[in-house]
Parts: sequence; C-alpha cells; structure tokens
Amino acid sequence: MKIVVCIKQVPDTKGGVKFNPDGTLNRAAMLTIMNPDDKAGLEAALRIKEANDDVEVTVLTMGLPKAEDVLREAMAMGADKGILVTDRVLGGADTWATSTTIAGALRNIDYDLIITGRQAIDGDTAQVGPQIAEHLALPVISYAEEIKVDAAAKTVEVKRQYDDRYHMLKVSMPCLVTALAELNEPRYMTPGGIFDAFDKEITVWGRNDLKDVDDSDLGLKGSPTKIAKASDKVRKGAGEKVALDPKESVDYIMSKLNEKHVI
Amino acid sequence: MDFTLDKKHEMARALFAEFAQNEVKPLAQEIDEAESFPRATVEKMQKYGFMGIAIPKEYGGQGCDPLTYVMCVEELAKVCGTTSVIVSAHSSLCCDPILNYGTEEQKQKFLVPLAKGEKLGAFALTEPGAGTDAQGAQCKAVEDGDSWVLNGSKCFITNGKEADIYIVIAVTDVVEDKRGRKKKLFSAFIVEKGTPGFSFGAKEKKMGIRASSTYELIFEDCRIPKENMLGVRGKGFAEAMHTLDGGRIGIAAQALGLGEGAIDRTIEFVKERKQFGRAIAAFQNTQFQIADMATRMQAAQYMVYAAADAKKNKRVFSVEAAEAKLFAAEAAMDVTTKAVQLHGGYGYTREYDVERMMRDAKITEIYEGTSEVQRMVISGNLMA
Repeated sequence: MKIVVCIKQVPDTKGGVKFNPDGTLNRAAMLTIMNPDDKAGLEAALRIKEANDDVEVTVLTMGLPKAEDVLREAMAMGADKGILVTDRVLGGADTWATSTTIAGALRNIDYDLIITGRQAIDGDTAQVGPQIAEHLALPVISYAEEIKVDAAAKTVEVKRQYDDRYHMLKVSMPCLVTALAELNEPRYMTPGGIFDAFDKEITVWGRNDLKDVDDSDLGLKGSPTKIAKASDKVRKGAGEKVALDPKESVDYIMSKLNEKHVI
Repeated sequence: MDFTLDKKHEMARALFAEFAQNEVKPLAQEIDEAESFPRATVEKMQKYGFMGIAIPKEYGGQGCDPLTYVMCVEELAKVCGTTSVIVSAHSSLCCDPILNYGTEEQKQKFLVPLAKGEKLGAFALTEPGAGTDAQGAQCKAVEDGDSWVLNGSKCFITNGKEADIYIVIAVTDVVEDKRGRKKKLFSAFIVEKGTPGFSFGAKEKKMGIRASSTYELIFEDCRIPKENMLGVRGKGFAEAMHTLDGGRIGIAAQALGLGEGAIDRTIEFVKERKQFGRAIAAFQNTQFQIADMATRMQAAQYMVYAAADAKKNKRVFSVEAAEAKLFAAEAAMDVTTKAVQLHGGYGYTREYDVERMMRDAKITEIYEGTSEVQRMVISGNLMA
C-alpha cells in the first residue's frame, strides 16, 4: 500500500511574520515549522504503516528549495521517501495553482491514499486538499478526526468532524483525506531517524516534471486570487496587572473604563 | 575549522530542545521538590531513542555521534539537571564501557537492551573510603568455581536503585611492586539487579539533582557469573578511568546546559522585573552581568563540543574531557550564582528555576572527578 502525505513548510508564528511588497509571505525570511494539520496527517500515515505490512509513506511538498528541511523532518519521523516540487515559475501560487502543481506531481507516482492537512496556518484556506482530489478525480473526505484503513478490502473509514456532529464515512481507495490537528499527537523525530534522513536522497521536481498541467494554471500568473492587502497582527501592550479584592477590582475596572470614555 | 553546526545536528538540537520544553521542563520543579525519580520521562526518552544516541545501530542504538549525545544532555540540562544526569550516567558510564570492553555476547545480552532504553544502567566505582584515592577501595571479588564472589559496598551511585544493569569495579588481585609495596588491581563486572547478595543501602539526601536516584550498593557474597567480567582482569582501573573520560564530557554538557538555562531564565526575568520605574534589564550592571555569563557559557560550549569531537576522532581524549568539565562546571556554578543574584530575593525562593539550577550546578564540580582531580589529570598529562 502506498500513502502520499502532502505537507507544507509554514512560518513559525512565534518568530514573527514578514511580507513581500506584493502582499505574499516572505517565506525565505521566516523561521518555519511543519504545518500542524499536515503533521497530524503524517502521524496518521505512520500509524497505518506500523499497523500494516508493506506500507510505504512518501511525503511531498511544494515550496522553496529550503522546504527540503520539512521533508527531512518528516523522514526523521519515519516517512520513507521525500519529493520536493520547486521551480521559480511555480512561485506566488494561490490554492488553484498550488493544487494544479501538486496534482501534476502526483500523476507521476502510484498511490492508494493521499493525506493532506485540512488547512495551513499561513493561508487558512482549506482548499488545496479538496482541489487536488478534484484534479485527480478522487473521492475526498475532509476534516478527518480518525482514519482507519482496511488494507485487504482497500477501504478507508473516516470519522469526519462537523460543528455539531460526526460522520462515519467509508470510501474505496484510491482516495484523499484531509486531516485535522486533533487527529492525534504527532511523534517526535528520533536522533537516529534524523541521521538516516540526511543520508537519503530527496527527489526534486521542477515545472517540466509535472504531468498534464498547463502553464496558464501555474505560479503567480496562474493564480486567480489577488491579495489586496496583508498585515501582521497589531501587537497588544503588556497590559496592567493589579492585585485587589473582587469589590475593589470592579471599582477599579469601572474607573478605568470611565477614564477612557468607554462607558 | 568550522564552528557552525551542520543541518542534521541543528535538527537534532531542535528535537532535544522541543522535547525538553514539552516533556521535561513542566516536571522539573515538582520532581526536585518531591525527590521523585522521573520514570515516565525516562520511558518517553526510551521511546525516542535518547538512551542510546551514540551507540551503533547493530547494538540497538541510534548510530549518532558523541556531539549529538552531548547536545541531548545539554538541552535536557537547560530545563532539568536531574533528567540530564540520568541520560549521562546511563550512556557514558554503563553503555560505553560495555561497547568498548564487552565481548560480543555481553554486547548482545546487556548493551542492546540498554541502548534501546529497555534497561537503565549505572556505574559503581566510588566507595565510602575511596573516592579520588582508588587504592583505598575495599570492595573485592574472589574467584570461586564458575563465579566471582563480590563483597563490599559502593556509594553515591547515580541511577542507584532505578537501574537494571550496573558496572561494578572491584579489587580482584593484590600484587607487590619491585620495592615490595602492595598494589591493588581492579576488574570490572556487569552486575544485574536482583542478583542474590546485591542490595541497596541508604538513599542520599542531596543538595541538588534531588530527583536523581543516588544510593549505596551493598554486596554480600554476591555471585557474579564468570562471563560477566568486563574487559581484562586486573585492568579495571584503567578501564574505569577511560570510561570516566567519556563520562566527564557528559557532565560537562550537563554543566553547560545548566548555565545556559540559567541565562535564559534570567533574561526573561530581568525584562519583566521593574525597579525605579524601569525593567532591570535597562541597568548597565544587569547588561554587563548577562554579557559575562553568556561569554563564559559560549566558551564552555566550544570546549565541550571540542571534547565530543575528540572522543569521536581520538583514542585518548583525557585532557580535552577534563578541561571541558573543569571549565564548564566552574562556569555553571558562577553563572547560576549570578543568575540567583540578578533575581534578587525571588532567586532565593524555590518558586524560581535558578534556585534549583544553582544547587544542581554544584555537583558538576564534584562528581565524576572533582575540579581538583580534573586539574591533576590535565597537569599530569601535560607534564608527563
């Protein structure tokens, strides 16, 4: 059984967010982490691998050359192979261009199950996973909080989270599932896994390696989404701490609200 | 010469730092207060391979290098001195001598479960009457048929009651030199917990690393199978000294982490703490103290990493290890003391991590060879 997990290197928001003049993120200038939903998806794949014979887990990412780091991290956690899709002409992609690119890469390889994160913490669109499924004409189950695989029957059973209920869905493979961070607690890497990951080759693909895609659907030019404006969150001040009993606290808060003409 | 870590070591450091923050730091104060051995943390470290980092894969380890191991101890010590010494004593003092001196059978039987973390290791050299002066040792092993019979006691043993496998150094022979003076010869033995005649004495009540299990080991007609002699009969002292060379790098890494951790806590504190209407970080005294503390620990880090590199590449690294431990331990004591001072009254309370770090730092100047012994080792090698 072959599982492909699509992962994304995203800014570590603890390190601050930086933008390019066109409003897109300046990824090269930021500290990065593996997107949490994707990491949960990877953990789910690794658990399937542990519970079943002959499971191969491939991680795939699209990004700058430095996105290789996130593939190494995934391999240090236990993924078998890494594929990096990187090319200058693919830069500035919105969800449409990204999903087109990733689908073009996936057409080169065999898979039974594709797992993506629900959404990335940098864009928060939750569109790329389902769009990949559309491009590849695969069934998709989003918001997975539990994934069970029946390798013999070639089916996947998913507990899908909704606002007020769960859906239990069963689907035949090949299919695509989008994972929630709540799916599991991802494992740490191991020191030996890290050393092994750096001994392995990572497959690097560019524009010319993508199958059945049109240039007009790629990169910034192929992106229908235009960003009007982007900004970092305005930081709040440290605030003021006071130690008063409940009654005095109420009086104090009221006086402050009065002072600032809030009430 | 390159002072930059390569990507795989950077990633390993990030792993250890993340683990330390998430799994170790939240327990550090509590286990110190309760003097309770962090068994659950050890099990987590086992799961992620931290108990056999520098041991080759064919013996159940992770197949990494001494630098990776050193960074693990360092990152753990930044948040918890106790947790770091559990890894250090297990790895340097129990796994390493079996790797270096063990037969293939001993490696398969003892090293594999140790490196996988399924078993915990300890090392027993010190005795009530013999610390630095090894010739004062009384614990002896006498050959009897297919066994060695061990009698005597060992004290201040790290991982004492929690370990499963112990390397015990005992007198096996007494020889006379040319002038007729008697000289004790030592041999090393692998002793398993539960061996009849092997029991535990009192638990030490310590100033620092309080959650570390420090016990006296007692041997009363304790029969050790002959195949459990480690290394060469009569060469146990040299083997123990070489083992301690490696152990000192682990303790140097512990000291390094304690000092660095104290700086981290202090920088957080001085930015928050206000006096005379300003954060105390704004005062030049604070700035200069922090600068001196950081400079000392940076120097210590270079020495500790250089010692780890020497262990990887050289057969003998006694001087590098002794210098690294001497410098890092004294730097850690100085830096943690300054950290408490910069915290003022708060630093003297057990609410703040630096109080524990200062207590923990003191032991690094004492165990696995006091600072005075390190000076003897260094000068002895230089003037030999």
